[in-house]
Amino acid sequence: MSEEIKEIKCVIWDLDCTVWDGTLAESDEVKLKPGIAEVIRILDSRGILHSISSKNDFDEAIQKLKEFGLDDYFLYPEINWNAKSVGVDNIRKNINIGMDAIMFVDDQPFEREEVKTAHPEITCIDALDYLAIPDLPRCNPRFITQDSKRRRSMYQDDIKRKQEEDTFQGTPEAFLSSLSMKFVIHEAKEEDLKRAEELTVRTNQLNATGRTYDYDELNHFRLSDKHKLLVCELTDKYGSYGKIGLALIEIKEDHWHLRLLLMSCRVMSRSVGSVLMSYIMFEARKAGKKLLADFKITKKNRQMLISYKFANFKEISSDEDGNILFEHDLAYIQPFPPYIDMVIP
Amino acid sequence: MELNEKIRKFIESNLVVFEDEAEFSDSDNIFEMGFVNSLFAMKLVNYIEQEFGITVDNDDLEISNFSSVDRIISYIEKKKK
Repeated sequence: MSEEIKEIKCVIWDLDCTVWDGTLAESDEVKLKPGIAEVIRILDSRGILHSISSKNDFDEAIQKLKEFGLDDYFLYPEINWNAKSVGVDNIRKNINIGMDAIMFVDDQPFEREEVKTAHPEITCIDALDYLAIPDLPRCNPRFITQDSKRRRSMYQDDIKRKQEEDTFQGTPEAFLSSLSMKFVIHEAKEEDLKRAEELTVRTNQLNATGRTYDYDELNHFRLSDKHKLLVCELTDKYGSYGKIGLALIEIKEDHWHLRLLLMSCRVMSRSVGSVLMSYIMFEARKAGKKLLADFKITKKNRQMLISYKFANFKEISSDEDGNILFEHDLAYIQPFPPYIDMVIP
Repeated sequence: MELNEKIRKFIESNLVVFEDEAEFSDSDNIFEMGFVNSLFAMKLVNYIEQEFGITVDNDDLEISNFSSVDRIISYIEKKKK
């Protein structure tokens, strides 16, 4: 999938004259636009998140959404009197996705213009067209996986974790220990492949190559004895983060070649990014092989580059397109963090 | 504030253990001592870029440039010239 047609991951809605007819500050008697609740529910069931950027009184607007039974759908609502571009930016940071995966819906050309000028990569939609949103190709992911259906509730769990972290007395490590995290690594099964494809399409930041693989390619690797396709899941006391990591290793005569390594950005703050990498290094060393790894520099994966370099991968070669071939001597491998319970094959 | 104090302060605010348990000199390798976690590397690079107005090139992203307070200072001074 090319960068221009990135799937939409989040829709940010204006409220007055967009979600409902009328202006809340002028009259409490606003009415939902016909069919809007259905549009919101359909997108939610596809794993597309919702948020709000609206110039209103926060408590009044949330109260109104409660009356409509819609308040639970919106993550990190920005309801205040600031410029909407600021609200949009806060939402993007909180959800931790790219601006190119966000759609902004507002009835006022001025507001759309203000947001678009500040964030050229965002997609702006006139509120008049709201009924057509579910039919847009970018709002139709190829697969709806278990993880996509549960996406909103997984983000809501994250908000709870964050609140607890903010009030936690003690070190970050003590907080991480208190979560009782369990990190499970296993070889991909057939039922993991849809999610695996989705991960290659959706993951930008913690992605070593940005290469996407479709279901059939992944199934081929799963069955091939020249490859290992690994999937990881993270759980903690709040529940599951879902399937959050993927690695593809090609097994060669004298070395393992890491073709793909990615980790969902939702687990970035949990400091588990290096866990899968360490596991692969330990296994390669056990098998008596060297470890090579492909890397491709993209606009968004600098954090992954830092992870590789700081894990002591050494560059063997690179080209002007940002492709790097790394090698690791496996002399020192970062141990698994003590606060994670590892479940490995 | 002296440069090394400034950098120590940043590192101390990102330790995964309590400050009084973590004693390190300006030449100690903070990564090997286990005081920081994997997310810290990214935070440190961002901090250096923003605080000192420099751009860390991809070629400079070597742990040896950032592994101790002294090394961070000499890297910043080299880039500032």
